[in-house]
Amino acid sequence: MGYTFAEKILARRAGLAHVAPGQIVTVKPDRLLTHDNTADISRKFRKIGVDRVSDPQMNVIVLDHVVPAADETYATNHKVIREFVVEQGIPAFYDVGEGICHQVLPEKGHAWPGAVIVGSDSHTPTHGAFGAFAAGIGRTEAAAVMATGTIWLRVPESIKIVLTGALPPRVSAKDVILHIIGRLKADGATYCSVEFMGEAIAALSMSGRMTLTNMSAEMGAKNAVVAPDAITRAWLERRVTHPYEEVHADPDAHYARVLEFDVSDLAPQIAKPHTVDNVVPITEVIGVRIDQALLGTCTNGRLEDLRAAAGLLRGKHIAPNVRLLVLPASREVLLAAISEGIVADLVTAGATLLNPGCGPCLGAHQGCMAPAEVTISTANRNFKGRMGSKNAFIYLGSPATVAASALAGVITDPREAA
Amino acid sequence: MQTRITGRVWKYGNDVNTDVIFPGKYTYSISDPDEMAQHALEDLDPDFVAQVQPGDIIVASTNWGCGSSREQAVICLKRAGVGAIVARSFARIYFRNCINHALPIVTCDAVDGVQSGDTITIDFALGVVSTPKGDYAFPPYSPEVLEILEDGGLIPHAQKVLGILKT
Repeated sequence: MGYTFAEKILARRAGLAHVAPGQIVTVKPDRLLTHDNTADISRKFRKIGVDRVSDPQMNVIVLDHVVPAADETYATNHKVIREFVVEQGIPAFYDVGEGICHQVLPEKGHAWPGAVIVGSDSHTPTHGAFGAFAAGIGRTEAAAVMATGTIWLRVPESIKIVLTGALPPRVSAKDVILHIIGRLKADGATYCSVEFMGEAIAALSMSGRMTLTNMSAEMGAKNAVVAPDAITRAWLERRVTHPYEEVHADPDAHYARVLEFDVSDLAPQIAKPHTVDNVVPITEVIGVRIDQALLGTCTNGRLEDLRAAAGLLRGKHIAPNVRLLVLPASREVLLAAISEGIVADLVTAGATLLNPGCGPCLGAHQGCMAPAEVTISTANRNFKGRMGSKNAFIYLGSPATVAASALAGVITDPREAA
Repeated sequence: MQTRITGRVWKYGNDVNTDVIFPGKYTYSISDPDEMAQHALEDLDPDFVAQVQPGDIIVASTNWGCGSSREQAVICLKRAGVGAIVARSFARIYFRNCINHALPIVTCDAVDGVQSGDTITIDFALGVVSTPKGDYAFPPYSPEVLEILEDGGLIPHAQKVLGILKT
């Protein structure tokens, strides 16, 4: 009998011939990702009572959640982190302006096939798009990994999701993953490893694959993975310069569930307030008034996403009384968008350009909502109170849907837009 | 770790996410656990903070603690006095965060047997939650998880592993 991706990588890293779901193994991660919460993590680290992190090369620290600092408290936290980085000699530190951790980490060569990555952020499974095993952990746990260099992991059951067919125009990876979450629900993959495969995956760019693995967290997945192929290797070239060994699931591996979706006739999908699994085809919500449109975040802030939006907005102007916020996922994305003319197109169309970062996604700054306001967003969460007022409403959709809706001032099917 | 806990029930439903347990707008601005406790379940149940008593037990349906990895969603409840959380299922990171903060956590269907305000008993040695409508069995912790709980959470556990715990 063969083994799944998770079984193979965890067995290899634990130094065991094979492992089974439910078994607990102890491994040394290749990378520990932390962000603005590193300030608190550093305090917990000191509480443990060791002076030095176990391996400074393991740490990747990206300031992204509230950047630049919104007030004195945030500023002080950032300062604590910068001092910690110097004190511990951590080379992989990315300060304000580099971008969102889940974009910067792979851009800077910290994600690769066969890597084990843990991060103090629930969207850490994003890095499975590169064939890595990547899982989110809490702050205390991140402090313990800094101190001990190891973590215990339960070998997860695996779910195989096969995507067949070809996506219609103006329908994207975001619509695919919203559709899947709508079917599986918020706990459909709890504690599981999700493996995406099939011809529709093979056709996706790294950007689209990252959207799928990023949002797998919203159905409870521990990690989500796309097997590396020529697209992966091309993207990683010049970013990851050391050798790595790819891990591929065996063809006869055992899965707890196998699901197949044909994406050929998929309509744009929308997650309605206040849960990510409250998903409907866009045709059911057309005409809902919006106050704000958000293009960006670790789910959909990449060049391909900005390009899709600019394709709809170029030469036009957003509706009166709509704020369109654009946050490129990283400095690299922003620079590419500038040189392609996308930034000029978006800003001319009425967009407000914000610096690379998480922005208003977690409700701390840069576009929080007032009571009764409505945002359509490319982000990954629409929980009550997520973006400010608990009496505000968040709809989630693709970059094309957000752009079409910003133009019209109401939720609009991007397939109908000119 | 106590082997038996008796407490009053706060009953909740499915998919209670960490944003309603502890809103994201506070995650980088509040660092004092006592202040965190004042915002526990703020966007779900405004009565909770006003009425919670030490030793109360949260009993929920599926996927308790989904969403963000923020462990303030565990700390705020523990500091508010919650003695244990019982749910049909837990989101993975939330489960780990509870273990790491030594907040006892039990996976079983006790939500079927309780109303808010009931008194229930959790017997960790027997692996049973006793409710007014009957008993619900739960599986034992794995040895690795039990060790962290018995050490009082991950920080003391890490101190023990690293040989720096003064006992």
